[in-house]
Amino acid sequence: MQNRRSFLKAAVISASIAAMGGIASSAYAADTIKVGILHSLSGTMAISETALKETALMTIEEINAKGGVLGKKLEPVVVDPASDWPKFAEKARQLLSQDKVAVTFGCWTSVSRKSVLPVYKELNGLLFYPVQYEGEELEKNVFYTGAAPNQQAIPAVEYLMSKEGGAAKRFVLLGTDYVYPRTTNKILRAFLKSKGVAEADIMEEYTPFGHSDYQTIIAKIKKFAGEGKKTAVISTINGDSNVPFYKELGNAGLKAKDVPVVAFSVGEEELRGVDAKPLVGHLAAWNYFMSVKNPDNDKFIKMYRDWAKKAKLPKADTVVTNDPMEATYVGIHMWAQAVEKAKSTDTDKVIAAMGGQTFKAPSGFTLKMDETNHHLHKPVFIGEIKADGQFNVVWKTKGPIRAQPWSPYIPGNESKQKL
Amino acid sequence: MKRLLLILSLALGLGAGAVRADVAPEVLKGLASEDFDAKQGAVAVLAEVGDADAARLLKALSDDAVAVAGDRLVIVAGEQVLDAANGKLLKPAPASPDSISLNNSLRQQVDGALAALRLLSADKAERLAAAKALLADMGDGAALLPLFDKALKQEQDGEIKPILVQLQAQASLASSDAAARLQAVQTLGQSASPAVKALLLPLIEKQGDTFAEPDEKVRLAAQTAIKAIDGRLVWSDTAGQIFTGISLGSILLLAALGLAITYGVMGVINMAHGELLMVGAYSAYAMQALFRSRFPDFVDYYVVAAVPVAFFVAAAVGMLMERTVIRHLYGRPLETLLATWGLSLVLIQAARLLFGAQNVEVANPAWMSGGVQLAENLSLPWNRLVIVAFSGFVLLVVWLLMNKTRLGMFVRAVTQNRPMAGCVGVPTARIDTLAFGIGSGIAGLGGVALSQIANVGPDMGQGYIVDSFMVVVLGGVGQLAGAVWAALGLGVVTKFLEGWAGAVIAKILVLVFIIIFIQKRPQGLFALKGRFVD
Repeated sequence: MQNRRSFLKAAVISASIAAMGGIASSAYAADTIKVGILHSLSGTMAISETALKETALMTIEEINAKGGVLGKKLEPVVVDPASDWPKFAEKARQLLSQDKVAVTFGCWTSVSRKSVLPVYKELNGLLFYPVQYEGEELEKNVFYTGAAPNQQAIPAVEYLMSKEGGAAKRFVLLGTDYVYPRTTNKILRAFLKSKGVAEADIMEEYTPFGHSDYQTIIAKIKKFAGEGKKTAVISTINGDSNVPFYKELGNAGLKAKDVPVVAFSVGEEELRGVDAKPLVGHLAAWNYFMSVKNPDNDKFIKMYRDWAKKAKLPKADTVVTNDPMEATYVGIHMWAQAVEKAKSTDTDKVIAAMGGQTFKAPSGFTLKMDETNHHLHKPVFIGEIKADGQFNVVWKTKGPIRAQPWSPYIPGNESKQKL
Repeated sequence: MKRLLLILSLALGLGAGAVRADVAPEVLKGLASEDFDAKQGAVAVLAEVGDADAARLLKALSDDAVAVAGDRLVIVAGEQVLDAANGKLLKPAPASPDSISLNNSLRQQVDGALAALRLLSADKAERLAAAKALLADMGDGAALLPLFDKALKQEQDGEIKPILVQLQAQASLASSDAAARLQAVQTLGQSASPAVKALLLPLIEKQGDTFAEPDEKVRLAAQTAIKAIDGRLVWSDTAGQIFTGISLGSILLLAALGLAITYGVMGVINMAHGELLMVGAYSAYAMQALFRSRFPDFVDYYVVAAVPVAFFVAAAVGMLMERTVIRHLYGRPLETLLATWGLSLVLIQAARLLFGAQNVEVANPAWMSGGVQLAENLSLPWNRLVIVAFSGFVLLVVWLLMNKTRLGMFVRAVTQNRPMAGCVGVPTARIDTLAFGIGSGIAGLGGVALSQIANVGPDMGQGYIVDSFMVVVLGGVGQLAGAVWAALGLGVVTKFLEGWAGAVIAKILVLVFIIIFIQKRPQGLFALKGRFVD
């Protein structure tokens, strides 16, 4: 009897302690909103993605300094999926079911996004994807703050075909072998054909992730360019392969004046690891360049430089900002605005509040989240690489343009423009 | 029409007896404008005027030194700011000039115009440079034909003359006189340049039912010329492909040579071999950092210093691995495999902790940048040439070490018959450690070479471990000669396959080939013959 009573007593006490603990922890949780950051901090994509993690942390701190969201501070949860696509899904699941984050900012490559999609759909999470991509996708649980093909790839090719851009007639579509380059090149091929470019004037080449020997490909490009008519290269090479590619390009003496290379995944950050002098004149198309001059951008750059110093990033004195960083910055702010509007971090309520949000972005334009298609309206810039690794904007659109995630150049897409 | 008027007004200005005519304000306005056509027009006018002011302005444009300050155009020359119209020093210098940017087409136009202006210069080197620049940047050369005629008449230099002849021929391709065109085509047929071929190709193209070139004789001549050029290009093309193969082979060899000793000769399956390459590459990075901070005057020679450093660092890491882990597992291949794989993870993580997870930048020194131009379409990059030579050097050293030294003899003795070697007094345990150290050190040398062409990061070694084993197994275990032939063979075959089927398929095909080869001939290309080989 005695035993049983003491057991009961112990059980009651422990239960009440557990309850108190529960209250305490939930009270603590009420103070913060957890925000997941899902970027590769090691492996082949670390060259690009590490800066996005830093931008996200910086933006979260900025929002917290202004009092947070809904009166609560944001609490970042950083994980490292290590450029390993299945691991992205694993880490996403951990963020959603274990850390219970309200929103995730993450992914760079399309293959990583595709690998986390099922997780976000299953657990009804919210993902902000900050990188230009191939389109052909529209998910309720994802907001795309990077460019769709018509906000980057198509205008870039139009520029190359114009008199101003050198009136290119032959095109090399060069990419890393995965979903983004393959789909983009499919769209571009259809687009080029619609502009009257013959099949024989298009060359398509792919290399594996992390490929580092570009001799054959450069030789092939040289040969292709020697067949008459102005040739341009459209590069969707991703990750650290860009460094050996541009090194080889410089060593082989292929000048931008003769064969311009326009890249969709090379920005200021990627050029930090390269001597940019042999690359002067090669192009990149983005929705933001660090060299754009306006007060918002000055503020953004200064904020990131200060952050780099404070966070003691390697080579903090030379840090740069780039397009996906801007997209991350815009995405987090828009999400915060939507949460304020919805007065809740509930996924469905935030999704409903996201449509029509506007934000004055460092690109100098006020960007709007489209009411129906989860993509931002973005301006397009085309820049030429300068010797210091920055870009000189040689062409831009008049204003932001609406995204077409389902490219009209791929048959059967006409009916898919909305969710 | 507007341009004509401009030139006319300028000519009038000159005619009026002005000693120097400033660049016309319309031209300056055109340059400052955002509109592409206006800029292009302004550059064309400058090229046509061609006086000292125009030349200065063109030069400044090409140097990206022209800027807008307030409502005037200026040339920024270091601290000084000059008026773009007449080159006078502006005092006080206007605040915050906003530089004018050129895009590729404009830059080409400006460079072409500058070169044309210098073609009649008194300085021979300048004329040569101008002629060469025009070969690359002439654009639409028809307007320059009179200039070429004049320059050709004056030119005496044997080096410049052939270039001028070619330029003249290129410019007269657009001539309205069929005989002139025919002669131009025949002249161009002497060339071996893909650029010239590109100029000739449109002549034989059909547009609808009519040919772009109306005269049949010219067309036929163009066809012959193209065929002749193609014939010359084939050789340099093939030579280029073989060179890329040898270059890849030399890299494979450097990656595999260390393994040929540790695995081939000693029989240790060292999964951490790739990480020893990584150690070598990071040594190069560390030396670069050291030279940049301590000896900035000699920064171009950090690679030379990195070679011995990488060897000894990697050898030390290797000997430490051997002493602490591997020696306890001799004769147990499976355990060795697992243990060395674990060691490789330890090394990767150590590199992450020491240098960060991101790739680090290792720059080519100046003497390893650029390339040597052997033919119009064949230029060999210096960094690859140096690596081919370096791999030859390493191979020689390894061969001497293994065959001509006492240590090498001991190593061979121990691997052929350990108990017997021990009986005659060879300190087998120490020889094991030293041999493993040499193999590791050579991997470190390979790492230095890799740092010059590939990315340097903590997990860079993982990409080379498979290739290295492929080379050693294909060449025949226990054989240095086998490794050499296998590396070069794999390199050349991979490059030819890449040219034919693309990089992704080529990789698969090579793997399939090796699997089949090893099934048919498990001993590899060269088998070690002897009583004690099992």
